[in-house]
Amino acid sequence: MVRRHFPVAAFAGLIVAIQLATLFTGTPYYLTQLTMTAYYSLVVVGLCMLIGYAGQISLGHAGFFAIGGYVSAFLTTFDLQHHRGAFVSLLEKSGALVFRHDVYGGSLLTVHPWLACAAAILLTVAVAYLVGGPVLKLKGHYLAMATLGIGIIVYRIVLGTEFLGAADGISEVPGFPLPGGLLITGNASSRVSNYYLAWGIVILGMVLLLNLIRSRVGRALAAVHGAEDAAEAMGIPTARYKLHTFVLSAVFAAVAGVLLTHYNAGIGPSEAGVMKSVRYVAIVAIGGMANLWGALSMSLVLNYLSLRGYFGTYDDAVFGVILILIMLFAPDGLLRRHLLSDLKRMVSRNPAEEETP
Amino acid sequence: MTLLSVRGIGKRFGGLQAVNDLSFDVAAGSIKALIGPNGAGKTTIFNLVSGFLHPDNGVIVFGGAEIQALSSCEVAVRGMVRTFQHIRLFPRMTVLENILVGRHVHSRAGFLAGMLSLPFTWKEERRIREKSFEIMEMLGIAGHAGTEATSLAYGQQRVVEIGRALACEPKLLLLDEPAAGLNMRETIEMGALISRIRDMGVTVLLVEHDMSLVMKISDEVVVVSYGEKIAEDRPLAIQKNREVIRVYLGDDEC
Ligand SMILES: Nc1ncnc2c1ncn2[C@@H]1O[C@H](COP(=O)(O)OP(=O)(O)OP(=O)(O)O)[C@@H](O)[C@H]1O
Ligand SMILES: [Mg+2]
Repeated sequence: MVRRHFPVAAFAGLIVAIQLATLFTGTPYYLTQLTMTAYYSLVVVGLCMLIGYAGQISLGHAGFFAIGGYVSAFLTTFDLQHHRGAFVSLLEKSGALVFRHDVYGGSLLTVHPWLACAAAILLTVAVAYLVGGPVLKLKGHYLAMATLGIGIIVYRIVLGTEFLGAADGISEVPGFPLPGGLLITGNASSRVSNYYLAWGIVILGMVLLLNLIRSRVGRALAAVHGAEDAAEAMGIPTARYKLHTFVLSAVFAAVAGVLLTHYNAGIGPSEAGVMKSVRYVAIVAIGGMANLWGALSMSLVLNYLSLRGYFGTYDDAVFGVILILIMLFAPDGLLRRHLLSDLKRMVSRNPAEEETP
Repeated sequence: MTLLSVRGIGKRFGGLQAVNDLSFDVAAGSIKALIGPNGAGKTTIFNLVSGFLHPDNGVIVFGGAEIQALSSCEVAVRGMVRTFQHIRLFPRMTVLENILVGRHVHSRAGFLAGMLSLPFTWKEERRIREKSFEIMEMLGIAGHAGTEATSLAYGQQRVVEIGRALACEPKLLLLDEPAAGLNMRETIEMGALISRIRDMGVTVLLVEHDMSLVMKISDEVVVVSYGEKIAEDRPLAIQKNREVIRVYLGDDEC
């Protein structure tokens, strides 16, 4: 029990240490990119579950992120005051709508962020089930191509839809209220609380996934990944398990999309772009495929560097190159789960091999 | 009482009639052997019966219900579990983990319960483990519980695969060449194990090339050649059957 939770505690310690470091070095503005990194990491760990543990690729997860972000952004910014029908009145009476003021002092009647978030998740689940059913029957690069298609479709839709802001996206999205008076928002005054909130959510997500991996379902997924026909012969409905994992990882992406959109106060079509999807896959790959902690730590480093602009104009290229290099030279990723034992074996075996001519 | 009844099934692969109008019954509590020369269609019959393939025609009745249209997974849930001619253990998983997977149909923690690690899942896991150790002890592989299954000796891998199948508590166990690749001592042990499994109340249908094993443990034998049944009888009678002797002439180990 204790051993199992050690990495979680260690990671939480790292998050605290990073915050303290920004405090003592007088660089609290780094926390903004670190908070955004947290939400992208939520996509990465969900995708890692799908790729590493269910053995299915998705090059369309930026699409699910965007579905989440756009649905929530639209519902929390669309003014319903001039659309008062029976349905709107009903929503208003049931407390699903909120009155608020926009930055210019005008009043708005919009959907409550919680309801918007629920709608975003529901739509994502529906799309993931509808698309995942037929698509997950495909294997290898066919699956990659099909999921790539999902991402492209979402991208073209948000880019071409006027009420979703077309190329400009949606802005002036309000903060996301949480119990205890907390608010997910990018205001400098709540930078520290939002940093901890975001990483707290990531850690919660990690705990859920780690639990899942160690459960009956996780074992079944490992079996499906290892020998699909034998798993079927043991009564595991392989197609259903793959589909559920696909939907689960899509929900992780959508929740990340919702929260980051409220944090950034907006979302644009580039979030649905193919290169974003490639980036998520590249990070899972370099993190070791079936290694949640590897994916999370790589996400922390790479997303942060990218958001700080270290890769300059080569930002997308960097992730493309990473993916190519990993596929060519280390298909199991750099941070494989068995890396330590492999190293030990190499160290203990090599001298013996050199002795024999 | 008949547990499995195969009635007039056929399967075509392109121009090849791999199984043709084949019928046989398996009585509950018996060991039935399916023999025939290489390429006779034995594995294909297993695939048809266990839902990995679907017959072009004919009916398969298992436990009183037609199953020819069911998926392999649904067939397993109904209590028919198979092993594979080429061992299919789960790689990168220990012997224990392989057996634990076998308990899948007898447990129910789903995605939500697993993620939330609900208390009932802990109890369930404990039960799964206890049962798995029971099975490993019965098979004499408990000492290897923590070993990666695919790193074991070939003969032991076969035993693990059977253990995994037994963990499902099947009504009918399908064994595709359980003695293939085993040495003589291991083959004799395998025969004893299969008899023991039958005595536990599990009906066994097996494909096997080792004739001494087949003749020793089977209650009944079906002989197939080119996808058709050419004989079905008790082992002693099969050994004297002229048609069978003719088919086996050339590779006359029996
Ligand atoms: N999926 C398939 N597609 C096409 N042909 C197949 C397929 N499976 C089996 N066959 C063919 O059907 C015939 C019967 O094969 P099967 O594997 O059932 O024989 P078998 O009796 O199990 O042989 P062995 O004793 O060598 O295991 C063979 O000619 C084989 O090549
Ligand atoms: Mg065969």
